[in-house]
Amino acid sequence: MRLNYPASVKIIRVPCTGKVDVIHMLRAFEKGADGVYIVGCKEGECHYKKGNYRARKRVEQAQKILNTIGVGGDRVQMYNLSSSDAPLFVKYANEMNERIMGLGPNPVKLKKKKAA
Amino acid sequence: MIVADRKPIEEIIEQVKDCKKVLVLGCNECVTVCEAGGKKEVGVLASALRMYYANKGVDNRVDEITLERQCDHEYLEEIREKADQYDAIISIACGVGVQFTAEKYHAIPVFPGVNTCFLGVTEKRGLWTERCQACGQCILAYTGGICPVSRCAKRLLNGPCGGSSKGKCEISKDTDCAWQLIIDRLKAINRMDLYEKLFSIKDWSKDRAGGPRKVIREDVMI
Ligand code: SF4
Ligand code: SF4
Repeated sequence: MRLNYPASVKIIRVPCTGKVDVIHMLRAFEKGADGVYIVGCKEGECHYKKGNYRARKRVEQAQKILNTIGVGGDRVQMYNLSSSDAPLFVKYANEMNERIMGLGPNPVKLKKKKAA
Repeated sequence: MIVADRKPIEEIIEQVKDCKKVLVLGCNECVTVCEAGGKKEVGVLASALRMYYANKGVDNRVDEITLERQCDHEYLEEIREKADQYDAIISIACGVGVQFTAEKYHAIPVFPGVNTCFLGVTEKRGLWTERCQACGQCILAYTGGICPVSRCAKRLLNGPCGGSSKGKCEISKDTDCAWQLIIDRLKAINRMDLYEKLFSIKDWSKDRAGGPRKVIREDVMI
């Protein structure tokens, strides 16, 4: 199954989504990412029991912060799937890609470019 | 430890929105354990502020430093050389740390980045609960090691009020009745005699009622 997903998506592998902290998501935006989404295992199926629940909570925190500072919480999203479900992976990638295309570039990146 | 909780970022932004150089100052001790003011939280707040300023299109610098403690001279002195360059310091230590930083760096505005809540324990990660109100004259020896000053909603010292029901406090069914806990524990250690004993009135002048407090120990002074 050689499925394509948008080339704009850069994958960062982590041992478990529970490893992803708020700061990782914020740093990605500071460095110019237009959107960040976390793809974890299905809820209730975490190998480390609660990793993906933690990730979801942290995504919510990041959304709140990004809303407060005017970057937009919609730019972060949590997804869950079974690790062998490639079509769903592609569906999420397309969905996120479309959403970010709709939102436009990360405003922080734009302002920084303007200032430089 | 001293338990604190993060302040909403919007509240912090309101204080520093017009500043040009900001230092976010964390503390490696209590507030690190309660995940409100350690290195990690310094990183999150500083990152959010940097993006906030960038998004406003203002040129700004937000630096991050986490000290071992903010309640001791020796650690706070570590920023002596750098402090002058900032027009605001956001201390995310407890209120003690915020104040000591402000005392030491008299001409720099220092803002609190957390709400300091109480002296308590980590019941489990993400749940901190109160245990002590630093009343200055500890009575735990007589109450089975359970503090009615901090854990009884009415600070009763002579047994439960009429609102104790099924081991819970009348203020909320999620709150244990401190006196139920005390009696259970006195029974467990076979010291119910303490419950019958009469004690003289507690000296509340050692608590906040006596004004700001001091501990003076000439034996350890240098
Ligand atoms: S400054 Fe506050 S949080 Fe930090 S060690 Fe001292 S008492 Fe604890
Ligand atoms: S009796 Fe006073 S010092 Fe002892 S635990 Fe309670 S509040 Fe703290």
